Parts: sequence; structure tokens; C-alpha cells
Amino acid sequence: MAGLEEISLMVQEGNFKEVERLTQEALDKGRLAQDILNGGLIAGMSVIGERFKRNECFVPAVLLAARAMKAGMALLRPILTDTGIEFIGKVVLGTVKGDQHDIGKNLVGMMLEGAGFEVIDLGTDTPSEKFVETVREKKADIVGISALLTTTMPQMKTTIEALKSAELTVKTMIGGALVTQRFADEINADGFGKDAAVAVEKAKELIGKG
Amino acid sequence: MLVVGERINSSRKGIEPAVRGRNAELITKEAKDQVDAGAHVIDVNTATLMDEEVESLKWAVQIIQDSVAVPICIDSPNTVAVAEVLPLCKGKAMINSITAEKERYAKLIPLIQEHKPNVVGLCMDDRGMPDSAEDRIRIASGLIRRLTSDGVPIGDIYIDPVVTPVSTDTRYGMAVLEAIEAIMEGFPGVHTICGLSNVSYGLPKRKQVNQMFLVMAMTKGLDAAILDPCDRRIMANLITTIILLGRDKFCMNYLAAFRQGKFD
Repeated sequence: MAGLEEISLMVQEGNFKEVERLTQEALDKGRLAQDILNGGLIAGMSVIGERFKRNECFVPAVLLAARAMKAGMALLRPILTDTGIEFIGKVVLGTVKGDQHDIGKNLVGMMLEGAGFEVIDLGTDTPSEKFVETVREKKADIVGISALLTTTMPQMKTTIEALKSAELTVKTMIGGALVTQRFADEINADGFGKDAAVAVEKAKELIGKG
Repeated sequence: MLVVGERINSSRKGIEPAVRGRNAELITKEAKDQVDAGAHVIDVNTATLMDEEVESLKWAVQIIQDSVAVPICIDSPNTVAVAEVLPLCKGKAMINSITAEKERYAKLIPLIQEHKPNVVGLCMDDRGMPDSAEDRIRIASGLIRRLTSDGVPIGDIYIDPVVTPVSTDTRYGMAVLEAIEAIMEGFPGVHTICGLSNVSYGLPKRKQVNQMFLVMAMTKGLDAAILDPCDRRIMANLITTIILLGRDKFCMNYLAAFRQGKFD
């Protein structure tokens, strides 16, 4: 797997220029785009995710690694779109209606992409109908719902209920600074991530890839 | 420099169970400790109790007022909580916070007109969180104009520029600092206030970042802060900064703090 290891290392260091160069080099040598994605980019991001979880690296390092991964993805995407990318799962992500906070949600989105998920980000102030519609249309495996205020947290319940009454079998995950496991249980969410790294673990678990 | 003590917040470890269990001893101790350490106002937030927030807040505010003589800051995103608790407050309470979001503004303004509390005006509108200094200044200007035209004295307004974490974008530090400066210069008589600790989200040794940010914000004109007054180092920095800014005549406060052992 020579070459891929180096790409992974450069992702970990957040060196987007090297990631770009090495990805192109690997493609020129005839490596499969899917292998570069899994063995290089995602492998690198997974290491960052693990280190983040253990408090060995911090938010800026995650952002840098995500940017480096993106640089590699830009080269792989056109090829992968032709052949069809094998994502490990599809996540619809958004902050609930009435809530404008997005920093935590964006971090979760980056880490999920880094773990090989396809992420559809609906942004902030997302009504429950929009979650339902997108989950149905995109046939998502998981929906990730964020809220940062105690006044908007009940919207998570509304959204989960709307998904259930639309008879969608999607798994639900919630997160936000004030969310607890107890609250997640109360509103029947399938998963709760206390931070972005745990959210990724939970997401993998929920689709049977934990 | 107005110090609002932030420790009685149900999202802080140990507080939610104490509030749920109506542990008056623990809550009043938290209030007294903060006043002893230099807090001028005690912030009370029981929002994580959700359905029981209002009742819990009423209870907490009453026992705190019975034990310390400083005003309360009602800290809740829930306008019902503000409506229920504001009439119970002694002296000039503070509310945290009003925003430029239409619905929240409309619900809170009649309460403010009736009870005349100090008001934290958070720089958020229906378009969302501010990004740049310009966003913050635009939202603050709009809020100050509306509040004053609705009869709120400018000296009762404390603008919170919304501190966002530098770990996600290193421009955020300067965005807040520039906004504080522009707001203080543009609207004489208005106050600025910050919940500081957001600035260090996602970084190690967060206190280090919070402490420096307070000092920097004070040099831009920040004249109120929501912080943990029991953190001796942050209070020592604050007292020291006040002399260096020429706001402590004959260094009286600094020397008093020295004699009280606050720098040990």
C-alpha cells in the first residue's frame, strides 16, 4: 500500500498541498480512486478522529485535516462519481427550526465525511418537514439533529416524531451542548453523541459498522 | 467593571441535581462565594431542567435573594421564564438576553418596559449568528436603536457581541474586539458584556485563552463580563487591568485587593 500511507500521514498533518500532489501521483500510477479514498484520505481522518477523542489533538487540527481530505476528494470525486462512490452510509444533518447554531453540527459533518459517510447538510433553522422530505428523497440511513438551546431542543422531539409518523425507518441521532443521554432516551432518539468523535462512533454502530 | 457571576447554571456540573433536589444550602453557598469573590450580579440559569425550568428558577432566585444583597441576572432563552421571574426580583434585575430576533424581541419588550431591568442585548437576528465585526456592529446598532426608541435608557443596555470560538476560525477574536470598540464609540453610554468562555471552545488550557481575551476586550472598552469570579487568576487580571486602563483612581481598588490577599 505504498503511497497511501503517505497520503494518510499528510491528511493527519493537514498538509493539503501534499495530499493533492500525492493523490494525483497515485491516480497517475493507476491506483483506484476508491482505494485512495479508503486507504489514504479516510484512513488519515480516522486517526485524527481517534486522537481528537483522546484529547491528543484539538479542533484546529480536525479542521486542517478535513481541508486536506477535501483537497484529495476534489481530485477523486469526478472519477468516483462516474464509477459510483461506495460510502459506508448516508447521513442527513441539520440544526432544528428556530436555532441558528452550527459550529458543533459542522464539526460532526466533517468527522462523518472523514469516516466515509456521505453527508447531506441542511444547515440551520431546519423545519421537521424538511428533514422528512430529505430523508425520504435521499434514502438516508441516519438523520443527525442538532439543537443548542433548551427552547429549541423540543424541536428535536417534533422532528423524530415527524420521521416516525412518515414511517421512515431512518435511525435518529441527536447532539448539542445541553443534550444528555437522558433527554435522548426521553424523545426516543436512537443515538446521542456528546462530541463529534462519539457521534461518528455512534453513527457507525447504528448502521452495523461499529 | 461589572462582574456577573456565572456559576449557578444548571449546565454546570453539580448544579442541576442541586436545583432538582432543592438543595438551598449548595445554591446559596454558590451565591455567597461569588459575591465574596467580587460578583456584582448573580446569573441564574436553570434552562436544562426544561419543563421544570420556570418553577426551579423561581425557587433559586428567591433563596439567592434571601442570602445575598446583589441583583439577579435571569439567564434563559425562554421568554415565559423571564415573564414569571422578573416580577419576583428585588432591586434592578438583569435579563440575559434579548436579541434582534423578531419573536423574542416582541415577547420581551413589554416586560422590559414594565419592570425596567438591565438588558443584555445579544447580537443575533433572524439571519443567524454573526460572523464578522460588521455583522455584530450592524445587529448591535439596530438593537440599540430599537430598544432606546422603545423607551429603554441607553445605560440599561449591555450589548453582548456573541463570542465565537477561535479554534474554528482565528478571525473571530478580532471580530469581537473590533465590534466592542465600535459599539462603545458609536453609542456613548451603552455597555458591552461578554460571556467569555466560548472563545476557547475546542482548545486545550481554555482558562489561559479566556483570561487573555478578557484583558484584551477590556482595553477595547468592555465594561461588564459574565465569568467565574471564584477563579482567582481571572479576577486578579481584571483588577490589574482596571488600573492600567486608568479606571482605578490612586490604585485604590488594586491596593484593597492586595490587602485582602486576592493576589496570593
